[in-house]
Amino acid sequence: MPSFLSNPMKESIESKETVKDTPLIIADKMFGNRFFLGTGKFKNKSDLKESILASQTEIVTVALRRVDLERHAENILEYIPKNVTLLINTSGARNASEAVRIARLARETGCGKWVKIEVINDSKYLLPDNYETIKATEILAKEGFIVLPYVSPDLYAARELVKVGSAGVMPLGSLIGSNQGLKTKELIKILINEIDLPIIVDAGIGAPSQAAEAMEMGADAVLVNTAVATAENPSLIARAFSLATQAGRFAYLSGLPAENEAARSSSPLTGFLHENTKST
Amino acid sequence: MKIKINGEIKDVDQNTNLQKLIDRYCESNKRVVAEVNGIVVQSLSWANTPLKEGDEIEIVSFVGGG
Repeated sequence: MPSFLSNPMKESIESKETVKDTPLIIADKMFGNRFFLGTGKFKNKSDLKESILASQTEIVTVALRRVDLERHAENILEYIPKNVTLLINTSGARNASEAVRIARLARETGCGKWVKIEVINDSKYLLPDNYETIKATEILAKEGFIVLPYVSPDLYAARELVKVGSAGVMPLGSLIGSNQGLKTKELIKILINEIDLPIIVDAGIGAPSQAAEAMEMGADAVLVNTAVATAENPSLIARAFSLATQAGRFAYLSGLPAENEAARSSSPLTGFLHENTKST
Repeated sequence: MKIKINGEIKDVDQNTNLQKLIDRYCESNKRVVAEVNGIVVQSLSWANTPLKEGDEIEIVSFVGGG
């Protein structure tokens, strides 16, 4: 096993830094890692398993699809360690009632009641339908699901989600699979400031530096899929993402210094040099 | 008799039930969920769920997703 995979992430949390992080709490669960991983688009399942192990992520998204009647497809659950929480995506749903139907099917699998509401009826941009997402969230929260809705960052939509019992908010950074980073940065900041629920930035995070950026802003977690699954070395970039997420979190907790418009020297003034030049 | 499974019309035995259908098309260790005519049927009831002509069955399982 490559050496970079053998250092447990937990070491860095327990090291001597003065800032300690609290665990991420969503509903009734605590997570020690604020990096979430999506399981779609991996070229092969072993890449997926290596990425989960390398990043030490504690929560992954999966989807539900019709079984292929002609051949026995691989069972993805065999590649996901048992202690990892499954967040079942309602992808495929075009409206609230389809999302609700998928969630109820997911519950029947016995794999938990954590659901990511993804309602998309636009195939060009894959933008979520906030309105239908709120409707689905309200129904499913009442049925006892732990609901994490994927939305466009909108303050009013987020406030509604709080009201209807959402367990968090997952605002998109940019379009799914685009790797464009935090195009919606300023809107996400507003949610972080105003919404009293875990904010998990999801979609469009294309580089570990962008995950760090989201965490520096005060996001509670990030979810990445495409950038890991389609990388040349998925497990290596998964570890990079996990480290970057943690770095961004520590930066946020340490209180980032403000930007200055003018320079401010880091070294004291050299008064003795100026005295020499005056005398000549 | 003809029934629809995951959108495909299939010819099945008159005396079949949901359990037999799932055994035929799915690996035993896979977590699947089944709907008959839009209603989820719990796995405990599969063996007791006879199928009739024209029934529409959905069998779904987990796949990778974002």
